[in-house]
Formats: sequence, structure tokens, C-alpha cells
Amino acid sequence: MVERIVVLGGGTGGTLAANRLRRVLDDRVQIVVVDQDDSHVYQPGLLFVPFGLARLDEIIRPRQRQLRRGIDYRQAAIERVDLETERVWLGDGTALEYDVLVVATGSTLVAEETEGLLGPGWLEKVFTFYTPEGAAGLHDAFTWFDGGRLVVNVVDMPIKCPVAPLEFCFLADWYFQELGIRDRVGITYVTPLDGAFTKPVASATLAGLLEEKGVELVTEFNTGEVDGPGGRLVSYDGREVGFDLAVVVPLHSGAAYVGRSPGLGDELNFVPTDEHTLQSKARQNVFVIGDAANLPVSKAGSVTHFEGEILVENIRRFLSGKPLDGSYDGHANCFIESGFHKALLIDFNYETEPLPGHFPTSVGLPLLKESRLNHLGKLMFQSFYWHRLLPGRDIPGVGSAMPDRGKHREPSRS
Amino acid sequence: MPTATYAGKNVAVNDEGFFENPDEWTEEMAPEIARASGIDELTEQHWRVLKFMRTEYAEKGTGPTVRVLGKTSGVSVKELYELFPKGPAKTAAKIAGIPKPRGCI
Ligand SMILES: Cc1cc2nc3c(=O)[nH]c(=O)nc-3n(C[C@H](O)[C@H](O)[C@H](O)COP(=O)(O)OP(=O)(O)OC[C@H]3O[C@@H](n4cnc5c(N)ncnc54)[C@H](O)[C@@H]3O)c2cc1C
Repeated sequence: MVERIVVLGGGTGGTLAANRLRRVLDDRVQIVVVDQDDSHVYQPGLLFVPFGLARLDEIIRPRQRQLRRGIDYRQAAIERVDLETERVWLGDGTALEYDVLVVATGSTLVAEETEGLLGPGWLEKVFTFYTPEGAAGLHDAFTWFDGGRLVVNVVDMPIKCPVAPLEFCFLADWYFQELGIRDRVGITYVTPLDGAFTKPVASATLAGLLEEKGVELVTEFNTGEVDGPGGRLVSYDGREVGFDLAVVVPLHSGAAYVGRSPGLGDELNFVPTDEHTLQSKARQNVFVIGDAANLPVSKAGSVTHFEGEILVENIRRFLSGKPLDGSYDGHANCFIESGFHKALLIDFNYETEPLPGHFPTSVGLPLLKESRLNHLGKLMFQSFYWHRLLPGRDIPGVGSAMPDRGKHREPSRS
Repeated sequence: MPTATYAGKNVAVNDEGFFENPDEWTEEMAPEIARASGIDELTEQHWRVLKFMRTEYAEKGTGPTVRVLGKTSGVSVKELYELFPKGPAKTAAKIAGIPKPRGCI
């Protein structure tokens, strides 16, 4: 009997999951990937576009070409999932039946949920670098911006790659120094969190780095309104931050179709998922990978990569009626670009916050510390993304589980 | 472990004043916790949010974030800030006797 796995989303998680599944399953299992368009964006590259360090055409590739032979690709909008009849309804009115469903539709920006954000001034003096259009628009804006207040604002968590807005501040500092106008540009980072980052040790290090680079930090600011013409962010509790140019990371939700699929998602359209097996809480034959899941992990490509191995093993076990493997530990690994050809690296999981030390062992890359080696790591990640991560190959020496060997358990106090 | 006295009873709280054990909470304690958080009177709207917090906690094991409260409690985020000016999710959790909502990662 032929069985069919339908993978929703052909981004990071959908592509790597389909490729890994195709390798381990025989031809009796059909694999179909559905996505709404044909532009696979290497999203970490968006950070570099505003500063002229990357161009859109260098970071976008067609989707289907990233899929192995033997995987069907269907370009269509997903309308909704019917968990009862095990069908996915598509925008063209057709339906796909599945035996196993993989939800990999990531997160969606919902800028319209913040008053004024898309109003007058949007893409004129209010931008985001989280979309290709926004990043390109910001690149243009930087050609005329010759001084004033640059404000970088995260509206609320969760967001993809929570370190990216900090990296943006560091790169902006470098960019305006190179231009020779840094003394005329004020940079302010405005966050809803009570510090620079979510985890205490890394938060302290990153706050120190902001200070060193002359970036002002405004915390516990819950943006209620973006007033483009007036050039101000207004918080729900009535505080204001003025700007000449605002870079806003909008609210994120799960994909809208999740909300139209009874029983699948939560209030924000993310899919409740078992933290260790990646099986959805809705149905046993529905699995979740990447940003679409409601897991307490960063929404990051590295997380998606580490999840891939366990997701595929569990789908294999599910198809052969075996108990699932509960070994996903929440492993995340992020380079933090800090300008001047340097970067930091953080490595953490559900239990362990980012600590100093080295990765993956005591002779590896320095953790939670600026270095040129980490910057090279970040640059290499792009080629790694297309050639190892998406095809679903493992990295020699770096498994799914977080390595503990190089970490300093008691961080030195400074 | 620190304790606090509300409505004449001793309860265990953490460093920031959030209840360690939500079962120790009673409705009579709410006005006193509210006053300590700068809210002089609990209106019907306040109670609507507090009850919602308790139900959410009982179902999910954590209090909702402001954004989720705004989507599901029937009270808009704007009004939530008018009711609990120092931060709805945290203040309401404290007054409703549930632990501090788990932040996002
Ligand atoms: C600016 C920026 C910088 C980042 N930097 C880093 C970094 O340095 N390191 C790192 O690890 N991660 C980084 N990330 C995060 C990383 O890109 C994401 O976490 C990762 O791509 C998540 O993969 P995913 O498969 O869950 O979602 P995605 O790759 O976003 O894929 C979701 C797919 O679902 C499709 N889809 C959604 N809804 C529908 C529908 N209704 N019908 C059909 N198709 C649909 C979309 O078209 C999309 O292709 C960054 C992200 C951004 C925005």
C-alpha cells in the first residue's frame, strides 16, 4: 500500500525534512511538498542587505531545485487542514490526502496588528529588514540618511532569530563609522524585554556590547503605536521614543491557515507540539518542525536543523508502529554578527542558557565572546545552508544534542 | 523562602512577590495584593481579567502573555494597560495568585 506524507511549507524546515525523509523511506512512501511561491529566501542574509553586504539575488533561489529527486512539489496556497478527514485543502479548490502531515509553514509577520505601523511613513521612514522588500527599502533609505535618530524596535516576542535586531544595531554602528558620520547618528534599541536578551548571562554580555558601541538601550517598552509622520514610537503605558528612521520587527504569528484549521493551532496560530518528540498535540500523525511549533525555543534555522534528525526518525517509527524517540533537547546555536569582521557565538538548549567557553569542544569556536573566527563561521553558514542543511546532511562533529564539553559552568563575573 | 500576609493568611511568594502555590490564593486576598501593586480598586473589568488568568493557568500551566490576553480575554491590549498600567500580564498574574508568566525565548 502506498502511503503519503504531505509536507506543508517548502522553506528551511519543509525542505530539509522532505530531503531527509526521502533518503530513509522507500518508494512506497510518496512525499509531497506544498508552498505558495517559488522563492526560497536564505533569511539570515536579509540582515546584510540594508548595509550593502548582500544583494537579494544572492540570497534567493527557486524552491523545487532544493528538493531531492522523488519528491513532488506543489505550488499552491494552503487554505486549511481537516484533521478529521486527513486532508489539506488548497487555494485552487483541490485537496491532498495524507497519512502523515508535516507542518513546516514557519511564522508570518503581522505588522497590521500594530497601530500605525503600516500607516503613513511605512517604507519611507519606517522599515523592517525581516522581508526582502523591507531590507531592500532600507538599503535605499541608507543612501539618503545622513544623520539623526535611528531606532531599532522589537514589538513583542516571539520573533525569528531573536538576536538579529541586536546584530542590526552592531552593524549600523560599524556602517556609520565607516561612512564617517557616526557622531551624527544616535542609535537606540527598544525592546519589550527587561534586558538586551532573554537569557541572563548572554543578556548581560550583549548589554555590555551595546554600551561599548554607544547604542542606547530602552527596555520593557511595549509598542502600542508607530507614528510615522510624528516620528515616534508610543508604548501602551504612554512612554515615547522619537526617531528619524525606525527599523521595526513586527509581531509574528503562525500561518493564517492554521487558524482556519479547527484543533490544529493556538491563539497565535502556532501549533502545540511535544517538546521532545516533535509530534503535534492535535493528532498522532501530525508532526511539526521549525518556527511553526509553539516550542520554548528560539525560532531559528539552527533549531530547525537540529530538529530535522529527530523529526524524521520519529516519522519513520510512527509509520512502522514503534514508540517515538523523545530526544530533542531544544538545542539552538546562533552566530551574532557584531561588526568590524567579528561575531559572537551562543549555544544553548531547554536546560542550559548560553554560557561562555568553546564550541563544540574546548578547542573549538569561542562562545559568548567576539572573534574573527566566529565571523567567518557566520559567513560560511550561507554555503552550509544550501549545501548541507537543506539537503539534510549532518555536520561532522556537531550532532543534534547540545555539546556540553567546552562550556564553562560558572561564568566568570566581570 | 519569603512569605506575605494577605487576608490574614501567610502565603509563600517568590522574590518578586508572585505566589509559589496558586492553591493558597483566595478571592479575598486580591484587593490587598492589588493595592500593593498600585491599584486602589478592583472593578468588574479587573475581575474579568483575573478570572481569565486563573482559568488559563489551570488549563495550560502558565499565565498568558499580554498579546494572548488581548486576543482571548475579550479585553483589548489598550484597555488592559489602562486596568493594569504597570504591565497587564505580570500585574494580573500577581493579583490572581499565579506564577510569573513564562517569557518567550
Ligand atoms: C532577518 C532574519 C535573520 C535570521 N537570521 C538567522 C540566523 O542567523 N541563524 C538562524 O539559525 N536563523 C536565522 N533566522 C531564522 C530562520 O530563517 C528561520 O527560523 C527558519 O527559516 C525557519 O524555518 P521554517 O521552515 O520554520 O520557516 P520558513 O523557512 O519561513 O518556511 C515557511 C514556508 O511556509 C510557506 N507558507 C506559509 N504559509 C503558507 C500557506 N498558507 N500556503 C503555502 N505555503 C505557505 C512559506 O512560503 C515559507 O516558504 C533569521 C530570520 C530572519 C527573518
